[in-house]
Amino acid sequence: MHNEHSDAHFQLRIDNGEHIEAKDYMPDAYRKHLIRQMSQHAHSEVIGMQPEGNWITRAPSLRAKQILLAKIQDEGGHGLYLYSAAETLGVSRVEFIEQLQSGKAKYSSIFNYPSLNWADIGAIGWLVDGAAIVNQVSLQRTSYGPYSRAMVRICKEESFHQRQGYEIMAKMMKGTKDQQAMAQDAMNRWWWPSLMMFGPHDTDSPNSSNAVKWKIKRETNDELRQKFIDKTIPQAELIGLTVPDKNFKLDEKTGHYKISEINWDEFHRVIEGHGPCNKQRLDHHIKYHQEGEWVREAALAYKQKHLKKELQTV
Amino acid sequence: MNTQEATYKYALRLGDSALVLGHRLSELCSKGPILEEDLALTNISLDMIGRTQALLKYACELEMQGKTEDDLAYRRSENHYYNYLMTEQPNGDFAHTIARQLFISVFEYLFYTELEKSKDATLAAIATKTLKEIKYHMQHSVEWTIRLGDGTAESHKRMQTAINDLWMYTGEFFEMDHLDMFLLHQHIAVDTHPLKAKWQDYIKTALTEATLIMPIDSYMQTGSKKGIHSENLGHILSEMQYLQRAYPDAKW
Amino acid sequence: MATDTQLDLWEVFIQSKAGLPYMHAGSVHASDEKMALQNARDIYTRRGEGTSIWVMPSKYIVASNPDDNDMLFDPSNDKIYRHPTFYVMPEGAKNI
Ligand SMILES: [Fe+2]
Ligand SMILES: [Fe+2]
Repeated sequence: MHNEHSDAHFQLRIDNGEHIEAKDYMPDAYRKHLIRQMSQHAHSEVIGMQPEGNWITRAPSLRAKQILLAKIQDEGGHGLYLYSAAETLGVSRVEFIEQLQSGKAKYSSIFNYPSLNWADIGAIGWLVDGAAIVNQVSLQRTSYGPYSRAMVRICKEESFHQRQGYEIMAKMMKGTKDQQAMAQDAMNRWWWPSLMMFGPHDTDSPNSSNAVKWKIKRETNDELRQKFIDKTIPQAELIGLTVPDKNFKLDEKTGHYKISEINWDEFHRVIEGHGPCNKQRLDHHIKYHQEGEWVREAALAYKQKHLKKELQTV
Repeated sequence: MNTQEATYKYALRLGDSALVLGHRLSELCSKGPILEEDLALTNISLDMIGRTQALLKYACELEMQGKTEDDLAYRRSENHYYNYLMTEQPNGDFAHTIARQLFISVFEYLFYTELEKSKDATLAAIATKTLKEIKYHMQHSVEWTIRLGDGTAESHKRMQTAINDLWMYTGEFFEMDHLDMFLLHQHIAVDTHPLKAKWQDYIKTALTEATLIMPIDSYMQTGSKKGIHSENLGHILSEMQYLQRAYPDAKW
Repeated sequence: MATDTQLDLWEVFIQSKAGLPYMHAGSVHASDEKMALQNARDIYTRRGEGTSIWVMPSKYIVASNPDDNDMLFDPSNDKIYRHPTFYVMPEGAKNI
């Protein structure tokens, strides 16, 4: 007879392509890895609301404002789905938020860059969501059931995010000289950070091997990054944007683009907290979280009062 | 002034209130007291922007100058906006956001219920669609008013302060000027005078359940029907119109 | 300072069309049932996914223990006589 609480049996289930559910046996390291990855993912969705939120009140048309608002709302929803999925592992949202605000938990460094002109909204949708989607499509098949189900829902909603961003870029490239300059400026600033979103090279990625073995991660950082590069460069060229990399070229044999080396110093610097907006993003989160505290307390107090009243009348 | 011109201005007024309140609510994105409420407020904002589009589009049709709803939303100067002063009041703390929404939603519920009977088919159709949204806004703001009013000592105090602070902007809802009277005679506009008692009843019921005190009417602020606003509107517009004004030839 | 609260956890079930079963959609945080329903509406039906919503406090969900799976679910595997294909019908029989 097999022991259902053994790591060997667990790995067998993973290898058979089974989903793991909240109450199933899982090795401690698997649980820890999931909690870290899912909460980090949830925090990224929530913090990601800020750079785009920066332009809501300046959106140049009613349609643009509507689209942007609906898009950011989706991201908030994604954060919520992911917190819920992570809560099945026995950690509460209160704890997740504490970890975010204390700096113990990370979020995607991309959101530590500022959104400086309206075309940044295009670039974020097209490049940042585009990169995220490549990752998320892959995660729909992740081995943890609640995570996988959240990702399926998220991917469905993501489908318009990248398109709305690319639409903005295309429109601006067809527009006035000023608009074209804004679009290129946004491209220049967001291209490299969006490539960094996939994380370090596989050879430098300490968590990757377990994650792949447990099928939490289904493809490696470099594989996913390459997919993104290959589909994005032709999209840039189609609308007349210049990829800010003098050395990129298409390898005719493999069909893949080769690019210059990513600036890993910058990557590590931003992760360590020295990006343009790290402090600003966390301060914003903490400020509004604290401002909401009396509201949450009031809601609970109200419920408790009325529970008591109900009990008295029974 | 003929009927068409008057109806243009009437649609513009209604559209402007939706535009400015939708804008105010959109400022709250990523600032809600809990993630769930962030999404809820965004939904209300999106309803408002949708209503703005319908009303301003109709205004363009009536104006017959070949303008778009964006031209109207983004290219007028401050004294040509006709939104209720209430809609441009700052979000303040969550109690102010909820009090503003409560006052407006209850009024809009009564108002659009009447506008549904308008002889103007377009306005009536917009009213039907928007009423469904308003009922939800009303439920949302009534429930929060009760929770905050009857929650903790602090929330009670904040909610009462918000109710008191915003009360002076509620008088405008029930004003009728020449334009309203002109269109009322043609069964296009809503007679808001009789709505006042009903509105007070609704508000009183909600405030009583929330253990809050209904303010006594004193001086009521006025001006929006003439395009005279509080200082808030200028700041809203300087943000909202920034790109349209800075790059007048650009299409977005 | 009081310890933070994110309100209580509720499970959300959505019926996508009248007549179809309610499916688990996810969860929301809320303090009372009215808020739970509204939050579920605002979060899980933004794209016309629903015609009806159920919410219930997560703490009332009772789940079977995966360790009991053998005992709970295997015994029904060999009860093939519960399925219509188990029965042999005479050649030519119709509408049965
Ligand atoms: Fe997302
Ligand atoms: Fe997205």
